[in-house]
Amino acid sequence: MPQYTQFQPKEYRPKMSAYWYLDHWRYLRYALRESSSFFVAYFCVITLVQLAALGTDATRYAHFQAFMASPVMIVINAIALAFFLLHAITWFNLVPRVVMRQMLARPTPDIISSAPNYFAWFGATVILALFIMGVL
Amino acid sequence: MSDTIILEVARFNPEDGGEPSYQSYEVPLRPDWMVLDGLNHIKDQLDGSLAFRWSCRMGICGSCGMMVNGMPTLTCETLLMNYAPGPIRIAPLDHFPVVKDLVVDLDDFLAKLQKVRPWVVRKDDFKPAREFMQSPAQLEAFHQFSLCINCTLCYAACPVSGLDPNFIGPAAIALAHRYNLDSRDQGIEDRLDIVSQHEGIWDCTVVGECSVVCPKHVDPSLAIQQFKLTATKEWFKSFLLPRGKH
Repeated sequence: MPQYTQFQPKEYRPKMSAYWYLDHWRYLRYALRESSSFFVAYFCVITLVQLAALGTDATRYAHFQAFMASPVMIVINAIALAFFLLHAITWFNLVPRVVMRQMLARPTPDIISSAPNYFAWFGATVILALFIMGVL
Repeated sequence: MSDTIILEVARFNPEDGGEPSYQSYEVPLRPDWMVLDGLNHIKDQLDGSLAFRWSCRMGICGSCGMMVNGMPTLTCETLLMNYAPGPIRIAPLDHFPVVKDLVVDLDDFLAKLQKVRPWVVRKDDFKPAREFMQSPAQLEAFHQFSLCINCTLCYAACPVSGLDPNFIGPAAIALAHRYNLDSRDQGIEDRLDIVSQHEGIWDCTVVGECSVVCPKHVDPSLAIQQFKLTATKEWFKSFLLPRGKH
């Protein structure tokens, strides 16, 4: 005898695995993009610690510099930088696409809508580098 | 190259009560055959018990969407040759209950679609004496979103749809947005009330795969993000002008 009726069909309801993001590269890429936020937060904390050390005294700041120069911290910071770049690039590619389309009210090529963000990023980097080198 | 290819097809019989399993069939590998032609060959020549949906065979009806090697795909638009030498694994669309073999239950999707009122809503008694004029720019505003054929590939590609069954989903929101952008429509406030809830636009975490798999090049992800901007602007307006007309 069938185990279902016309109005209550017996259906198979697949459950998503807890590790669904490992099923496809496209989902893994998304999971990496989302998890890159942790590394942005990490850099914020590091910057705050650095400013706190800078505001205290020269000895404490020297300790901070020595700690950051250790091989373990260099590896951690290199990984964090890679995720930070992933975060920035995916964000730049995502947000202006919507904002610019909303502003221009017509489809805009992605490269055109992303370009101002990259120019702004490059400009801010140059200004910061000149400031650090003492030119400004 | 072999002149045949193996199709590994998901089988599920609701009367057996078991888990779905895969059954292999050898079908001719012809240069002009789509995956759907391979399935029809199985149905006609090898195993008449195989169940799947199809209708137009030209990418218009949206009936024959399935998972082909893990990707949501319209089988009438996808050549068998693309997967040579095979095998090709064909399964029902992800994130939908399976009725039998490759047939999924779309009732939930259709209920969500109806909920967002995907038709022109008028709040007045405006009865134009002639057809409602729209400029090319006004048409351009919503045209791409009107190309949706409700094939539900976007739901199968969206992990949020799988994780949260209450999520209204990409196609329904894209169609709601399509009518919001239509110069003839006055139903944006009704749709905002529905789509601005957590299970609507705010459930979307911008995975973006809905737009990648869309066979009609609709961009549901874009529609959802634009909807978020509209909802945010409306919220600010209602916050700053609580008694004003938004």
